[in-house]
Amino acid sequence: MAENDSPDSHGLARRSLLRVVAAGAVAGPWALGKAHDMRSMEAPAATGSAAGGPAAGTSAETTHPAPPVYTFLNSQEVAFLEAAIDTLIPPDESGPGALEVGALVFIDRQLGGEFGRGDRLYLQGPFAEGTPEQGYQLSMTPAELVQAGIADVNAYTRDKYQNRFEALSPDDRASVLAALEQRRIELPTVPAEVWFEVLLELTQQGFFSDPIYGGNRGKASWKMLGFPGIGGMYADKIAEYRNRPYSADPVSIEDLL
Amino acid sequence: MSRGPSTLKPVDIVIVGLGWAGGIVAKELAATQLKIVAFERGVPRDTAPDFLTPRVHDELRYNARHELVQNLRKETLTFRNDPTQQALPMRRLGSFLPGDGVGGAGTHWSGLQWRWTEWEHRMYSGTVARYGRKIIPQDMNLQDWPIDYHELEPYYDRFEKLCGTSGKAGNLKGRRIDGGNIFEAPRRNEYPNPPLTPSHNMLLFEKASRDLGYHPFPTPAANASRAYINPDGVAYGPCHYCGFCTGYGCEVNAKASPHFTVIPLAHRNPNFEVRTRSTVLRVNLDSTRKRATGVTYVDARGRELVQPADLVILSAYVFGNVHLMLHSGIGQPYDFQNNTGVVGRNYAYQSAGGCGALFPQGTYLNPFMGSGAHSTWIDDFNSDHHDFAASGYIGGGGLSTGSNSGAPIGHHPTPQGSPRWGAGWKKAIIDSYQRMSGIAGQGSVMAYRQCYLDLDPTYHDSFGRPMLRMTFDWQENEHRLMESLTATAQTIAQAMGAQEVFARRGRRLRYSIAPYQTTHNTGGAVFGDDPGTSALNEHLQSWDVSNVFVLGASAFPQNAGRNPTGPVGALSYRLADTLKNTYLKHPGALAHV
Repeated sequence: MAENDSPDSHGLARRSLLRVVAAGAVAGPWALGKAHDMRSMEAPAATGSAAGGPAAGTSAETTHPAPPVYTFLNSQEVAFLEAAIDTLIPPDESGPGALEVGALVFIDRQLGGEFGRGDRLYLQGPFAEGTPEQGYQLSMTPAELVQAGIADVNAYTRDKYQNRFEALSPDDRASVLAALEQRRIELPTVPAEVWFEVLLELTQQGFFSDPIYGGNRGKASWKMLGFPGIGGMYADKIAEYRNRPYSADPVSIEDLL
Repeated sequence: MSRGPSTLKPVDIVIVGLGWAGGIVAKELAATQLKIVAFERGVPRDTAPDFLTPRVHDELRYNARHELVQNLRKETLTFRNDPTQQALPMRRLGSFLPGDGVGGAGTHWSGLQWRWTEWEHRMYSGTVARYGRKIIPQDMNLQDWPIDYHELEPYYDRFEKLCGTSGKAGNLKGRRIDGGNIFEAPRRNEYPNPPLTPSHNMLLFEKASRDLGYHPFPTPAANASRAYINPDGVAYGPCHYCGFCTGYGCEVNAKASPHFTVIPLAHRNPNFEVRTRSTVLRVNLDSTRKRATGVTYVDARGRELVQPADLVILSAYVFGNVHLMLHSGIGQPYDFQNNTGVVGRNYAYQSAGGCGALFPQGTYLNPFMGSGAHSTWIDDFNSDHHDFAASGYIGGGGLSTGSNSGAPIGHHPTPQGSPRWGAGWKKAIIDSYQRMSGIAGQGSVMAYRQCYLDLDPTYHDSFGRPMLRMTFDWQENEHRLMESLTATAQTIAQAMGAQEVFARRGRRLRYSIAPYQTTHNTGGAVFGDDPGTSALNEHLQSWDVSNVFVLGASAFPQNAGRNPTGPVGALSYRLADTLKNTYLKHPGALAHV
């Protein structure tokens, strides 16, 4: 961990930053800039915010200090997802959270790419709700599902908390996500638990997958778990390291290209 | 302007689907100098450049996004639990992962390579001999294979030599050998390669199960434990235990796969041709409906073409085989109401059971060191090695633990009851990564009247054909088996020194298409001695259309508590011999009622 703040002060700092985002000012946890919104053509936000230099607000060891550039999600979706994935995988003394390791860059690329377009899904009609055992039966692509759900949840929190999701306190964000997970909230467009599971899956993938996809910067999650990455050859080690710790600096695809 | 499909120059043999089954037959028949065309719906693949490191060690691409698996946008099936429901399309991959591309599922399998036991080829007569007919439930279509283990033994042997299988014999010509599977049927030869090196959890399992009176052994693995050259001269590299095996192609050709073994050998013969990105739509029959004239397919450019042929071999996995038979009108479709008809009958799957095990702090399992079939197994509750009737079911299952992958999208186990996200989840995954493992149970599934495949009345695939419809659910027999396997797994886990043991309890769940389980689908084009209960005769030849042979696990009358690839490979070699030695010399029906 490169972070000097204690976990508590770090958490507080993050919370206040998120409030700033919610109030419409620049700066998120990355504190370096804001998403480009390719669709709405909003002007890119100013870079170099009050939060300061490249390391501020992050605890990930980063090999890519540049600010995240989002090519698919709009600014409202970015703000929502920054808060959501930070709640799903928060930073703590064990290591950085999903947001700091670039999981939102991952999610943005995935939703804007073939996964988000449902390239490998069967999405022809007729459609019916089906039973839980029949699995996914929506007509929506993953990108449509995630985006529609964000709008639904923001409408819900505006009604209940008079605020967008990202402006809620961490505790309130966690309770809203838990209620969606357990389908205690009915959303108008998407089934809450289906939306939640796609978001959770994408967040975990952005946290764990090879950094070549934009998340897991600095191989932070691999270091956290003790996963040595993708280059291991263990034929001469599997017996030697039985019930013994094996540590190696993780290796990613890019390291070996 | 409307024009019919172009008709190409006739060939001798058409093979539909180029995985293990199609690949073995292609290689064996290519030597006949007959003109053979193999159709593969997916892309061409080779170890270099497709499976080279570091790119192939990409968990997102291969294991989360299923690069080597069927694309549902083009082809899927519909599913329901029982005939009263409306079947709906499988829109997202889940329960099983059929292969796609040259090599088929052989590129992305784990490599568990079994010989089925004598009883597993004779489940009906073996069960009746021991317990009488009354034990068989009314709705169970329990059937024998038309051939027994001993007839297949030489072909199992050839398939093991092809694959460089790593293992330890437990029954060499009737002599029982401790440390191997003493329950296995007699084999003429030892495995071609010694067992893989066990991991810590495998050693814990071995000791605990031995202490409990069971008979642990290394799971037969088509992951070469050392450098190996097979009888065809194909070189295998030694397994690196890299932990990127199941779901991936192997960069060192340590995991047996048709794409670097039988298929390149078939290609040495100029009379063998593969047409990739080409989907066979149907088998064409002549006006008598008793003879196939070839196939109609769609090529990579979307052109519909007719390929005439004298002989058609379907080797397109369970679903492709049954779908093509139903859509082409080969054999009488199964009618579950009356339990008549044969095509689509006896569809079965694989049951599961088992537990998670959390070992004490300070345990280091190093889950990232391993390979696909790297596991230790017991067969004491499998096949007819136990008194299954006393447990209230027909069948059995194996129990095992292994070390296969530590890649964290798929492997971040947590104790039951842990948070699924948030700080608590993070704490749990860190705490458990090195000390949580599991014991997996893999059980048989019997065939039932109400579990079958037919054509869907509503949904069509991207080629305009009615989709295949699957009707399947767990039955009482399989629920009892799964509960029994789970209970035994918990006992073993405790004996291994687990601090906590986790297993799902409570109400029985219906079969769901959503979560991954196994790609061990079986049945639907069963072989047998009675055309009233089988679509194929003992030579895998259609009873109705004698120049159509149907190869794969679709021929199994029901599923055993082990992986199907071993007998699929053995049947492929046997079919090649049948065709070379008998059918091609005198084409026509090889069996008569």
